[in-house]
Amino acid sequence: MAALTIAAGTGNWFSALALGVTLLKCLLIPTYHSTDFEVHRNWLAITHSLPISQWYYEATSEWTLDYPPFFAWFEYILSHVAKYFDQEMLNVRNLNYSSSRTLLFQRFSVIFMDVLFVYAVHECCKCIDGKKVGKELTEKPKFILSVLLLWNFGLLIVDHIHFQYNGFLFGLMLLSIARLFQKRHMEGAFLFAVLLHFKHIYLYVAPAYGVYLLRSYCFTANKPDGSIRWNSFSFVRVISLGLVVFLVSALSLGPFLALNQLPQVFSRLFPFKRGLCHAYWAPNFWALYNALDKVLSVIGLKLKFLDPNNIPKASMTSGLVQQFQHTVLPSVTPLATLICTLIAILPSIFCLWFKPQGPRGFLRCLTLCALSSFMFGWHVHEKAILLAVLPMSLLSVQKAGDASIFLILTTTGHYSLFPLLFTAPELPIKILLMLLFTIYSISSLKTLFRQSFTVVTQAGVQWH
Amino acid sequence: MNRNFEFRKPNSNLKMFLGAGKPPMFGDYEAQRHWQEITFNLPVKQWYFNSSDNNLQYWGLDYPPLTAYHSLLCAYVAKFINPDWIALHTSRGYESQAHKLFMRTTVLIADLLIYIPAVVLYCCCLKDISTKKKIANALCILLYPGLILIDYGHFQYNSVSLGFALWGVLGVSCDWDLLGSLAFCLAINYKQMELYHSLPFFCFLLGKCFKKGLKGKGFVLLVKLACTVVASFVLCWLPFFTEREQTLQVLRRLFPVDRGLFEDKVANIWCSFNVFLKIRDILPRHIQLIMSFCFTFLSLLPACIKLILQPSSKGFKFTLVSCALSFFLFSFQVHEKSILLVSLPVCLVLSEIPFMSTWFLLVSTFSLLPLLLKDELLMPSVVTTMAFFIACVTSFSIFEKTSEEELRLKSFSISVRKYLPCFTFLSRMIQYLFLISVITMVLLTLMTVTLDPPQKLPDLFSVLVCFVSCLNFLFFLVYFNIIIMWDSKSGRNQKKIT
Repeated sequence: MAALTIAAGTGNWFSALALGVTLLKCLLIPTYHSTDFEVHRNWLAITHSLPISQWYYEATSEWTLDYPPFFAWFEYILSHVAKYFDQEMLNVRNLNYSSSRTLLFQRFSVIFMDVLFVYAVHECCKCIDGKKVGKELTEKPKFILSVLLLWNFGLLIVDHIHFQYNGFLFGLMLLSIARLFQKRHMEGAFLFAVLLHFKHIYLYVAPAYGVYLLRSYCFTANKPDGSIRWNSFSFVRVISLGLVVFLVSALSLGPFLALNQLPQVFSRLFPFKRGLCHAYWAPNFWALYNALDKVLSVIGLKLKFLDPNNIPKASMTSGLVQQFQHTVLPSVTPLATLICTLIAILPSIFCLWFKPQGPRGFLRCLTLCALSSFMFGWHVHEKAILLAVLPMSLLSVQKAGDASIFLILTTTGHYSLFPLLFTAPELPIKILLMLLFTIYSISSLKTLFRQSFTVVTQAGVQWH
Repeated sequence: MNRNFEFRKPNSNLKMFLGAGKPPMFGDYEAQRHWQEITFNLPVKQWYFNSSDNNLQYWGLDYPPLTAYHSLLCAYVAKFINPDWIALHTSRGYESQAHKLFMRTTVLIADLLIYIPAVVLYCCCLKDISTKKKIANALCILLYPGLILIDYGHFQYNSVSLGFALWGVLGVSCDWDLLGSLAFCLAINYKQMELYHSLPFFCFLLGKCFKKGLKGKGFVLLVKLACTVVASFVLCWLPFFTEREQTLQVLRRLFPVDRGLFEDKVANIWCSFNVFLKIRDILPRHIQLIMSFCFTFLSLLPACIKLILQPSSKGFKFTLVSCALSFFLFSFQVHEKSILLVSLPVCLVLSEIPFMSTWFLLVSTFSLLPLLLKDELLMPSVVTTMAFFIACVTSFSIFEKTSEEELRLKSFSISVRKYLPCFTFLSRMIQYLFLISVITMVLLTLMTVTLDPPQKLPDLFSVLVCFVSCLNFLFFLVYFNIIIMWDSKSGRNQKKIT
């Protein structure tokens, strides 16, 4: 009775929030799941039944292993728990096997791994300075941030309905960000290196990490005007960072290097044959590009500028994952997308190098890198928008300007995730959840910054 | 601007999650679909009668006319979307994703229009409580697992009748007596089980009339109330008052007196008694009727008489609880879902005695366990019960409110201490009882889920659940009656002190 009182009765709101969202996730167990469910079941089977040398060669199912080795080891560990639920799911030949026990196990594994995400959110809340804006618990920045992160609509529907393991991966990322805020740079770098070897999509934000660590950690001091002091360069720090990254990569890729399988692993990790756009278009620049190309080709056909025989038959919107040639506009190669992305992230990287603003500047750069890569990347999934939304939440509770950008980003980003859940029973769920989250985020951020407006204007400071 | 924005209210989407992915229950779900079919395709005169088109054995209509009108309304919407859903005869056992979504949406709409506004308004009208506590109160009431699970998991429209009853309580407590009684008549005309609440309403209003003086305003009020009640009944039953046979047939469908003392396993006295002594088979039918009648009325008489003599809003709510509980425990042909009729008044007193109310609501959800397991609702029931428990503990800090005064037992224990000076352990005793009760409930749940019952006693676990719940309910009956009977004394004592 006493323990319960301590945990809940005395108002430990964070535990209540975390527990509440966990209960919600339990209710989502029987909902629709996408092919990603079968993907992960297949990976459980591959890692459990086959030796390591076969992991990146196995192709019985179309869903081949295309995440880095740490994730494969993670699935291996999971498979040892899975065998107590249902042995049959670990058979590689059991394609599309989804008994009720398999479903229960997989869903619970996602919910369980979210513990890391909860811990990361807790650490991030410690990094937010609680300005004395309001005595009400629900108006404190920490509370709002916890709700925006723990109850994030996008993460909920992608992880717990569509089925993926993004929760703990974002937990790792948020934890590394929190460590950088707390000036524990080595830990932050280590966590990010580990994260990269779990899911290589986080390469999108690697430039931000690299530049920040180099500029603000390897150069230990700045000149009084903020510019770089070249003689404060610390070789020790650079080497220790390099060592950390090298060791992590060695742990991950070492076995495959020994087996001479690195080219195969890389071809699985970076499948450039998959085409410019994913089966369901991510709402990025190339989607507009493709649409423009289509419009121009239709106009061209009507005005008889184009020969119908030269138009390729396959349609980009057919839901197939394949390479495609544009008809009117020049075709886009992976190199072109890389150059576009690099050009897009250049301004923020420059700022991070020449005018470092501490961890907050790093966070802004990270968000911009994520957004730029989303806009111009090759074969981007629409789920990648979460890479920008979640770090932005940290910024949104601290400055009014960031809050308004965050609201636009999060609302449109979450709306763009709607096509992921296309079944009838999920329609009311996704609409209701989205409405609640949007209404909450708008009202809470508005209240938070309205208070600070009042405080500042009362102090007589000009507010533009 | 002092904006107090809400705790996130997960009530609605919680309910939709329960709906999504559940297989349509062939029981009440098909019954409701069938009633839409009957009311849409057949003329009013044939709704309650057995005919070639309307086989009363196949989910015949056994609720009062308002349910039938509601089904008719839903049927019109269904016809607009897909006529196959309510086609006569051919739509039996119809199952499709779209239809499931439609039916669940009708429950949600009924909830949003009637029950949820009543709860929100009730919490807003609570006195001496901060806004934040009012919102927390509303959240806890809306999170009550029993109603969510029965309405959205099992599929029923209890929120309509309970909502109307709540509007009635609201009206009568705020001195809008006519509107309150109108709302309550609508509740009775939706589900006849609301008659469990009718005695407290009657006694409270009668008490008010007496207080106003039977020679003046009181008499006028009495006449106005009588007219309101009669008018609302006539309005609802209008198509059925044309012939005597119609009225009698509807009454026969509503009150099936030849069904026996109880059916299936229910957490009331007779079922529990039946474990030891098979009274259902020993005693003849009319003796069973008389016996249940006597016990019911004897147990609720003290509280009702007190309410007539001293009508107060607080006393009214507590009397609602004890009357409904008496009916549930001792009445004829009680179904386990009728516990919801007791749970609603207990939700209303959540802010006054949070500890006991939370305990009661947990037990009431537990008593529904056999039904929920049959519908494969184990996971949602565990999740919602935990969410409700956490919400109550965080909102009311219930474990800090277990002193005698908080439990409203102070005057009672003072009276007892006059004869037994050592009676100081009441509060601790109740805490221990709570612990034992919760542990028993958890153990029984685990046993029911994991173990198979022995072959000779296939119903062992459901009977055990009913028996344990019944013991708990008896304890609560005694407790609530003590609160009612010893209430005014504490009021008088406090006035003397201050």
